Amino acid sequence: MTPHSPAGRLDVNAFIGSYPFRYVPHPDPEVLVRVCAREGIGESWVGHLPSAFHRDPEHGNRTLYAALAPHAAVLRPVPAIRPDWPGWEAQLREAVERGAPAVRAYPVQWGLGPDSPALVALGYAAAAAAMPIVLTVRFEDLRQRHMLDVAGDLPAATVRQLVRTSPARLVVTAAGRDFIEEVHWGLTTSEQRRVWWDISWIWGPPEDHLAHLVRTIGADRFVYGTMWPLRLTQAPAANLALLPDDLRDGTLGDPRM
Amino acid sequence: MTESHTPPDSHAHPHPESRPAAPPLAGDRPLIEVHAHFHSAHGGRADWRAVNAARLRAGRRIGITCHVASVLGSWGHTSPVYFPSPPDVVQGNDAMLALQAEHGTEVRAYVVVNPNHPDHALGEIDRCVRLGAIGVKLLASRRADDPLLDAVAADAARRGLPVLHHIWQHRQRHWPSQDISDGADLARLAERHPSACFILAHIGGGGDYAHTFAAVRHVPNVYLDLSGSGVDRGMLDDALGAVGAARLLWGSDVTMETGLAKLLALEVIGLSSAELDLVRWGNARRIFPPGSFPALDHVAVATEDDA
Repeated sequence: MTPHSPAGRLDVNAFIGSYPFRYVPHPDPEVLVRVCAREGIGESWVGHLPSAFHRDPEHGNRTLYAALAPHAAVLRPVPAIRPDWPGWEAQLREAVERGAPAVRAYPVQWGLGPDSPALVALGYAAAAAAMPIVLTVRFEDLRQRHMLDVAGDLPAATVRQLVRTSPARLVVTAAGRDFIEEVHWGLTTSEQRRVWWDISWIWGPPEDHLAHLVRTIGADRFVYGTMWPLRLTQAPAANLALLPDDLRDGTLGDPRM
Repeated sequence: MTESHTPPDSHAHPHPESRPAAPPLAGDRPLIEVHAHFHSAHGGRADWRAVNAARLRAGRRIGITCHVASVLGSWGHTSPVYFPSPPDVVQGNDAMLALQAEHGTEVRAYVVVNPNHPDHALGEIDRCVRLGAIGVKLLASRRADDPLLDAVAADAARRGLPVLHHIWQHRQRHWPSQDISDGADLARLAERHPSACFILAHIGGGGDYAHTFAAVRHVPNVYLDLSGSGVDRGMLDDALGAVGAARLLWGSDVTMETGLAKLLALEVIGLSSAELDLVRWGNARRIFPPGSFPALDHVAVATEDDA
């Protein structure tokens, strides 16, 4: 499976910054740039990890813009936009002005359920700005979470509803096979075309979930995601390398198009 | 994928499902997978042959020299996965031994036992070792520090068989479907049986691995198997820091892509060539019975001069 761009892979799922529930080694942009070079990643969409757990993501967004500025050739900021927070429209406008390729949202961390009008509003606004919304199903395996980490996984219903009720384009990260199939086969064909899935949490052999999904849903719906600095950057590359021979020459999707 | 992470292969297996001349993704040094599973017709999965074939296909692509594997009873079809009935234990072990016979040195068998049936467990170990099993697999059918495990542990020690024990890292309460067993539980069992060798299953297989590292750091007869779907950054570094390369074993369990990712990551976190060899195969050769891996009989652990 090859990257869409010959200039190197697009990684849609990276962060900088610390994680509140466990130690994460050197989650710094200077390190991420070196990791990208090592792993053949030409462009990385980078969020600010602590912002997912802040009430107001604005300060984290400022930190993100400043931290990534020296590395703009590779690291592109993906700020968090909380659509139930006063002034979020200005945050979105700033993201556009700063050339962000996408925005992030964390519905469960913000207490926004599948029927949230605020999410629908963000869906319309992001679509108008031609920006995909990056969603995160989970940051950690459910079985190891800190006792204070009670938000739970993003419900599949939230993703389905956001696609159905707004023109948003979504990049959903850290989803497994069951989640992906529940959403994908619960959407119309035109709705399906507005959702991309990062491969960071999809099982490879011997269960071959990734191979199954590529065969049934199509390689163009999947994108490369590492979830650095939480997870090993080598994992998605290993997953692609272990696809059955007949699938290894496919081309991943590209939510920029 | 067009990248190559490794130099040309010197021991790859010819295989019709792999592209010709594809070098193993994890390099050409030997590689023992200490935590693998296969399925059988008795398990109720219609696709069991395909899943087994996928493991072998991926193993050849990675460069696995030998899968040390088990069949977990009926995989829940006719008795629970973690509490297999004695008849299912026997059928699973028979299926595993048949796979070992079919695939020669590429596949070796653990004997699965349920210690709630002590006489059956000891009898099954004796039967399966006579048929070529090289280790014992425990499933948390009983808490790891329960006295019922003592007879199994003592028998394994006497025979020189390592015991691979299923672990949920930092299990603080009982959950359905399996008994509580975490690193601290296994450490207590290991301290009671210092001449036995225990493999603590899948540090990436769920739960708080950081608790495990602290619990077994000072228990020298507990080895950590790196398998599991979890690929948290920092996990490998902390495992290495806790027990050293001489007590780490490579495995994948049910997600081989994460196993490959960990191998690739080990190469960039600062292990020497000799330490990498220990994790890949050297420690396994040391703790499994002599002759378990004939392909390794005359292989030397790398020195820094080989790097």
